[in-house]
Amino acid sequence: MLLLRKVEKFLRRQGVPLTRFIFKVGELFIFIVHTIYNCLTFPVYWRNMLRQIIDMGFYSVPVVGLTTIFAGMVIALQSYSGFASVGAEGMVANVVLISVTRELAPVLSALMVAGRVGAAMAAEIGTMRVTEQIDALTTLSTNPFKYLVAPRVWAGLIVMPLLVLMGDVIGIFGGYVVGVYKLGFNPANYINATLNYLQALDITTGVVKAAVFGFIISLMGCYNGYKSRGGAQGVGTATTNAVVSSSILILIFNYIVTELFFSR
Amino acid sequence: MKEVKIKLSNVCKTFGKKTVLRGVNLDIYKGESLVVIGGSGTGKSVLIKCIQGLLTPEEGSILVDNKEVVGINEKGKEELHSKMGMLFQGGALFDSLKVWENVAFDLLENKGYNYKDAKSEAIRVLRSVGLDPEVADLSPAELSGGMQKRVGLARAIISKPEIIFFDEPTTGLDPIMADVINDLIIESVKGLGATALTITHDMASARKIADRIAMLYKGEIIWQGTVKEMDETDNPYVVQFINGNSQGPIKTGV
Repeated sequence: MLLLRKVEKFLRRQGVPLTRFIFKVGELFIFIVHTIYNCLTFPVYWRNMLRQIIDMGFYSVPVVGLTTIFAGMVIALQSYSGFASVGAEGMVANVVLISVTRELAPVLSALMVAGRVGAAMAAEIGTMRVTEQIDALTTLSTNPFKYLVAPRVWAGLIVMPLLVLMGDVIGIFGGYVVGVYKLGFNPANYINATLNYLQALDITTGVVKAAVFGFIISLMGCYNGYKSRGGAQGVGTATTNAVVSSSILILIFNYIVTELFFSR
Repeated sequence: MKEVKIKLSNVCKTFGKKTVLRGVNLDIYKGESLVVIGGSGTGKSVLIKCIQGLLTPEEGSILVDNKEVVGINEKGKEELHSKMGMLFQGGALFDSLKVWENVAFDLLENKGYNYKDAKSEAIRVLRSVGLDPEVADLSPAELSGGMQKRVGLARAIISKPEIIFFDEPTTGLDPIMADVINDLIIESVKGLGATALTITHDMASARKIADRIAMLYKGEIIWQGTVKEMDETDNPYVVQFINGNSQGPIKTGV
């Protein structure tokens, strides 16, 4: 009897957070359905989309460039120190290529963009929510999903793959700089090795991941901003949640996409 | 017989365990200016949002031009909003747009105006609410509270709506600016021949702009009548509210 009562007490205590969790998952699912529907239907606010592409893409170039060049440089150094002990220094170019294109460029770029752009989206839309600007949009016969959410989601889908392609080139260049100027590789041999090992799959994986991550960053930024409540504190919480949730989802979906491409 | 523009019947709205509206019944006639008074937290803003379809009541019916608003679909909502304008309490101007783009938002996004025509129309309406054309190219953050209210009013009336909502139009303004806004509201509403619903707890404003006043208390309309009838009523709730007495049937948590 005592054990039963304890179990009942335990279950009752879990009830509230469990119900809240289920509610949140349902709310997010409905938000995703609305987002997809509004992304695929007219009208399209081209000016908003262009603004988001510039904000998310153009202004993220320095951050992504710096992140990927150092990632490429570090991988070159690390792989050299590891492979030298087994006499496989020649693999450095290959390791840099695979690491940068398949993993480092998409994941690190996405995490940096989530911190820079996802947070800004949540803060902007959250402020619009608490200052009744979203209600004002609705009363002006304008669907907030089409005006605010759809342009950001499209921007994420378009911009992230382009940023990652740029990050691939810069990251490989970082590896080349360390390989040639610090580790003493022949420049022509290094470039040759890189080109020989290069496969379309490496680039495709990175680009697909980038598109998925772009969708996640925009979605979580918009969702957390759109649902924010309670003034400045609510907007702050929404911003934090946007960055944390998109970062976690990026890491989870990184595994899922990798599994889809490379599981045998 | 006056034509009813907005009809609320037994409207109930709850948030979780808190019931905000408990069976509101109210008729708003075409072309009249109705002011709903009541203390903070009595459900005034919720009432306006329910009429606009921004919130869905759990019970009751809201008819606008004899069309049901409760459970309306997105297309119906857009149609409904095309005949409404709203002045929000804090202005709710879009920070990312210039003043004239805020005012001309509906013309640019929904009415197919080009930029040149939309801007000249926005400047004309800004003039009508007493703002210089130089204000048009500023951002909302550069304006004072009173100017933001005027811009909000210009945005609400530019499309010549049939129904205009005013949410606490004079809150946060000095008495002179509040009176200017009241005059602008009267001019705009009478000029357009629109039906106006204002919610406020500013009695000076209510007396000036109302054809009829209704009092909302604990989610119910407990009294309604003209300004003259309000001054003569012996309803203890209304008497306490309009005189601002701390003693009386209305209890406020301190």
